[in-house]
Amino acid sequence: MPETERIPILKMGDLLLVTIQVDMHDRIAMRLQDDLTERIVSDHARGVLIDISSLEIVDSFIGRMLANIAAMSRVLDAQTVVVGMRPAVAITLVELGLSLPDVRTALNVEQGMQLLTEGGKTNGWPHDGRRSS
Amino acid sequence: MADVRAEELDIGESDDVVRVRQAVRDAAVELGFSIVDQTKVVTAASELARNTYTYGGGGHFRMELLNSGSRHGLRLTFEDDGPGIPDIEQALRDGYTTGTGLGMGLGGARRLVNEFHIESNPGSGTRIVATRWR
Repeated sequence: MPETERIPILKMGDLLLVTIQVDMHDRIAMRLQDDLTERIVSDHARGVLIDISSLEIVDSFIGRMLANIAAMSRVLDAQTVVVGMRPAVAITLVELGLSLPDVRTALNVEQGMQLLTEGGKTNGWPHDGRRSS
Repeated sequence: MADVRAEELDIGESDDVVRVRQAVRDAAVELGFSIVDQTKVVTAASELARNTYTYGGGGHFRMELLNSGSRHGLRLTFEDDGPGIPDIEQALRDGYTTGTGLGMGLGGARRLVNEFHIESNPGSGTRIVATRWR
């Protein structure tokens, strides 16, 4: 696979930012999962923000990738927030049978950043679905 | 008189899953599907194309754009000559997988379309026909 076929990971402070802008084939998704896991360790990241606002679909494969990234980052003491899911994607995901219970989400990048910077103080996530106002 | 146009693609590598998604999206847009219906049918196509590739060892995809009077729809057919599915009911159950997936693909795809037919016999491949009406 050509080296260019990977999704860029940006570092901002102790956060890693990923914007998925392509119709990902499965290998790009797998590679992102591996790259992020490595970068969390090498960059001492405390949070990962994944912007999926460009994604037209999230099927079970991409859903599993997001769940894996969230789980692996948690093990590595970092938090993951997925932001920007389109309404039609959310409707379809739930109908597909995937509610991604262990993946923290926020409506947009700003709210996601807020969750990550506040969440850094505690070990766990609040489960009351709080939103910034 | 019903008007049918068809497109076909071979599913031989994992990138073909993306090609199937794009073909289905283009057709759904052309038929005037709503954003939610586009998303559902493309997602179902993605699941089924991946199943054809992963479990069927590759196969063939055929898409028919159906226009009969006031009815507009997409009929998606996925065929492979793979090992077949011994127990279809079990394969459709959420969470059941023989692979590394979540086991949501087949049952999930069925929920995302209006009509869903599956024919499979061990040793003689699998044929799935999924139809979504606008």
